[in-house]
Amino acid sequence: MGEAIVITSGKGGVGKTTTTANVGTSLALLGKNVCLIDTDIGLRNLDVVLGLENRIVYDIVDVVQGRCKVKQSLVKDKRFDCLHLLPASQTSDKSAITPEGIRDIINELKSDYDYILIDCPAGIEQGYKNAIAGADKAIVVTTPEKSSVRDADRIIGLLEKEDLGTPHLIINRIRTHMVKTGDMLDINDIIGILAVDLLGIVADDDEVIKSSHHGEPIAFQPNTKASISYRNIARRILGESVPLMSLEDDKGMMSKVKKFFGIKS
Amino acid sequence: MNNNKQAITIKGTKDGLTFIIDETCSFDQILKELETKLSSSVVDKDHPMVKVNIHLGNRYLTKEMKDDFLQIVRSKNNLIINEITSNVITKHEAKEWQKDLEVSTITRMVRAGQTVHVQGDLLLVGDVNPGGSVSATGNIYILGRLNGIAHAGLEGDRQAVVVAAYMNPTQLRIADLLSRSPDFATEGVYMECAYVDEEHDKILIDRIQMLSNLRPNLRSMERRISNG
Ligand SMILES: Nc1ncnc2c1ncn2[C@@H]1O[C@H](COP(=O)(O)OP(=O)(O)OP(=O)(O)O)[C@@H](O)[C@H]1O
Ligand SMILES: [Mg+2]
Repeated sequence: MGEAIVITSGKGGVGKTTTTANVGTSLALLGKNVCLIDTDIGLRNLDVVLGLENRIVYDIVDVVQGRCKVKQSLVKDKRFDCLHLLPASQTSDKSAITPEGIRDIINELKSDYDYILIDCPAGIEQGYKNAIAGADKAIVVTTPEKSSVRDADRIIGLLEKEDLGTPHLIINRIRTHMVKTGDMLDINDIIGILAVDLLGIVADDDEVIKSSHHGEPIAFQPNTKASISYRNIARRILGESVPLMSLEDDKGMMSKVKKFFGIKS
Repeated sequence: MNNNKQAITIKGTKDGLTFIIDETCSFDQILKELETKLSSSVVDKDHPMVKVNIHLGNRYLTKEMKDDFLQIVRSKNNLIINEITSNVITKHEAKEWQKDLEVSTITRMVRAGQTVHVQGDLLLVGDVNPGGSVSATGNIYILGRLNGIAHAGLEGDRQAVVVAAYMNPTQLRIADLLSRSPDFATEGVYMECAYVDEEHDKILIDRIQMLSNLRPNLRSMERRISNG
């Protein structure tokens, strides 16, 4: 029986789709059966980041509205047999699917996959409600900006009312030099405000943008900072305790790592 | 019914006049007698303002009855009502009182977009994040960080205070007063309390240790009762 994890943020453009693609790829690299679901109806782009755009035949709206079976709509990844995408629709809007429709799809997929990652649209309206409907757990993505953290806090408050346990946090697009100069929040500030468990941190890295542009998630690359971060996140999802990676050879960073793992196992 | 019995006994004290209302006679009788007594020479027209205290004993007056009563007293222009006391209140009023005296303990984070309100005092074990807000008709004690909005004395109690282990609010409100954080970013302060300084008519912040001087009767029954 698989586990469904929704990846959400409140604020738009903080990296939900990038995270879904890369964490999904990393889980597949670790040999897990993974299905990614794009619930951003009308603004789909998970398929583009994965480079699967030209293989789409049916989409999630076709499934919810009964035009095809779930299995028919799944797009197999170019690189892995164990990674599939259930794409969003390009044309309809968010009202074309319902929370019940999504829940049914996820329940069906759970018997075939170890992990189902749900890419959530920005905002807290219908699209968000659809995306969280079938999830067992939630990951909240934020950047180290005040407005992004504020929206993450809002979303965590909403998620706490659902039956999803405490959400886990990914801090994305950290720019060490700006944190140092005090122009961005640092990790401790963010954890202090949000009071949830940290699942991982990802540096701001041009390679991420480049690889998304080419439809090859960066998690494939052996040795960039971002790819290691995503693979570490995947290992933590599997229950391993992997220390936070130092984003720079920075003593301050390492002491924070120790602090986290002093508190948590 | 004994018609000879006085429904209202008026006594002069150094604080003004005290009207003692008999518990057993009818309300109509009281009003009638009040009218005649006040029209007679009890109070001399040229006299300065006289304070009136009304003792109801074990009688309960509804709001309408009180209004009728006060209207007669007020029609005599040099009388002002200082206080109406009664030994009895309704069950409903008693319950409201009790709520006003209660401390509600809430253990949670108050996140962006969330609000928590209690009647009486609030003890919050957790943080109020930026964009979150807490309010109480009484005092607010925060065992955590106040980074959002707190409104104490929501129904007008200016004696109410906001106490926080870490005080860095975007806005503080006490009764009808408001103060906000400066437009530049500031560091918060630890173990502070906010209260209304009546002299300057504004909210001030001081160390928690000063609270015993500023509000020696923070939890006293009398204060709440007199605040209605
Ligand atoms: N770690 C990173 N370093 C550099 N760029 C990044 C990183 N993560 C994401 N980006 C870039 O940020 C942009 C937004 O990312 P993405 O589309 O994943 O966000 P989103 O939260 O899914 O947005 P939306 O709310 O519109 O769905 C993209 O151009 C992406 O390549
Ligand atoms: Mg997206």
